[in-house]
Amino acid sequence: MNIQTTAATYAIETRNLNVYYGDFHAVKDVNLRIHKNKITALIGPSGCGKSTVLRCFNRMNDLIPSARIEGDVLFHGKNIYDPDVDPVQVRRRIGMVFQKPNPFPKSIYDNVAWGAKINGFKGDLDALVQESLERAALWNEVKDKLDASGYSLSGGQQQRLCIARALAVKPDIILMDEPTSALDPIASLRIEELMWELAQDVTIIVVTHNMQQAARVSDYTAFFTVTPDRTGYMEEFGETPQIFTTPASKITEDYITGRFG
Amino acid sequence: MSPHASTEMAPDLRKQRRWGETAIHALLFLFATLSILTTAGIVIVLFSQALRFFARPEVNLWAFLTDSAWQPQIDRFGIMVLVIATLITSVIAMIVAIPLGMMIAIYLSEYASPRTRNTLKPILEVLAGIPTVVYGYFALTFMTPLLQGLIGKDVVEIFNVAAAGIVIGILILPLVTSMAEDALSAVPDLLREAAYGLGATRLETALKVVTPAALSGLAAAFIVAVSRAIGETMIVAIAAGAGPRNFDSWSDAFHNLAIFNPFKAAETMTGHIVRISGGDISYESIDYDSLFAIGLTLFLITFALNLISRRVVKRFREVY
Ligand SMILES: Nc1ncnc2c1ncn2[C@@H]1O[C@H](COP(=O)(O)OP(=O)(O)O)[C@@H](O)[C@H]1O
Ligand SMILES: [Mg+2]
Repeated sequence: MNIQTTAATYAIETRNLNVYYGDFHAVKDVNLRIHKNKITALIGPSGCGKSTVLRCFNRMNDLIPSARIEGDVLFHGKNIYDPDVDPVQVRRRIGMVFQKPNPFPKSIYDNVAWGAKINGFKGDLDALVQESLERAALWNEVKDKLDASGYSLSGGQQQRLCIARALAVKPDIILMDEPTSALDPIASLRIEELMWELAQDVTIIVVTHNMQQAARVSDYTAFFTVTPDRTGYMEEFGETPQIFTTPASKITEDYITGRFG
Repeated sequence: MSPHASTEMAPDLRKQRRWGETAIHALLFLFATLSILTTAGIVIVLFSQALRFFARPEVNLWAFLTDSAWQPQIDRFGIMVLVIATLITSVIAMIVAIPLGMMIAIYLSEYASPRTRNTLKPILEVLAGIPTVVYGYFALTFMTPLLQGLIGKDVVEIFNVAAAGIVIGILILPLVTSMAEDALSAVPDLLREAAYGLGATRLETALKVVTPAALSGLAAAFIVAVSRAIGETMIVAIAAGAGPRNFDSWSDAFHNLAIFNPFKAAETMTGHIVRISGGDISYESIDYDSLFAIGLTLFLITFALNLISRRVVKRFREVY
């Protein structure tokens, strides 16, 4: 895989991204380039700001009153924090999957159709629901019970339902915040396989605390850590094999080898 | 030496008597039983006294349910005129309280900053503490003149059910708002984040995710509010009128829908009970017995309402 350098290959690019919660400087000076249709993993110790950075990419931090963002997050060359940008439009292009599966307390069908409906989808809803569930590798398991509640599914199925729901809006990018941490190992592996398939036409950014998962699933890895005053920053970024075999930074190496024993 | 005969101190695993625990348990059980017994007692008295009313020769159940006038002086006991008056005040109250209460609740739970919420909610709850007699005079001296000014003095009588109903709506507004807000706030943030993550606006999230998810709590709020509206006494006693709106026949009653006219006086079930029991009423009189029949009707209506709404909620609620 080649690292191309034209601007168009980047799905997201951050420039001097800084995040504050009130007076607390949570993340500083992140300069990160997310490659199109690749899987990028954000790793690092707990509390280093991985979720914070991820939530900057679709302006989910707007929902936290104390959060303040400085710097640029470029999406299609446009800073999504410019005053004329509508965060709702941003989230329609950049979907999200959360740590704990959170289907709506509605039927499986309505879960998938919901996002498309509110976005004014005019086409064949049944076809869209089927296509999205197929892409999320869930169709065969649920095709006979689309009217059942999303909560009747197992944890792993619920998470794939959440992925199908995100796909139905046809996003360019899907953000995943520790999508498998609430799942058993087999369900986790299924999600990982799914990520591989999805990466053919969507960009995926995944936060994970699981080193093996990052190594298995991602093309690029960004390693975050904290300064002594607990401000997170990006220590190293590169292609995943390079980060895991020949990290440039001693801190990265310590963290990775520490985890691998 | 057999292993069982070890001299090591064996841990004491025998059942321990904990008298304090037992006593508290018994006491709590007693209180629970007492509250159930009290309720049962009230229901029994209500039923037995009401039976005495229906056992009287002047009364028959069919006339009670179908007559178009409540005039004890001439032995006409048609409960429907009182029921319809209660219905009108309660419906008007709910028309005022539910949309307004839902809007305020959605604002407080989905839009307001924590600071605004924490200031507004206690104020709302203080409103709920104002004595209802104050609301009664508010209806009579403010709402009625207001309606007269808006609609016309020739249409709106001094005593009328509309003013009473609107003010009951204002009275139960804090209750509806507070309970609805609790129900909405109880919906986990995970669901809100899911909606926002799909590109939903605040309004779409509030109306299409949070509200349906809170449905059972909201329905509970509405049931409590309806029961409160049906049972409200002081406001109707002061502002709605001091006599049932009687008709010679039902064709008279429905002529121009006269029985439903909200701008004329009428007496509700509770209004009638409080007026009759306020006077010098003797225990042996038919008036006295009739109060229990009205009371029983009130009880059955609220009870039925509860049962029906439970069914409805079970059908439509979203379980998360
Ligand atoms: N809503 C918030 N308010 C205040 N501080 C927060 C908030 N969310 C996260 N933080 C703080 O920001 C830092 C980064 O958190 P987070 O992004 O969740 O880390 P990670 O996902 O890497 O574990 C932590 O120190 C955390 O305590
Ligand atoms: Mg996190």
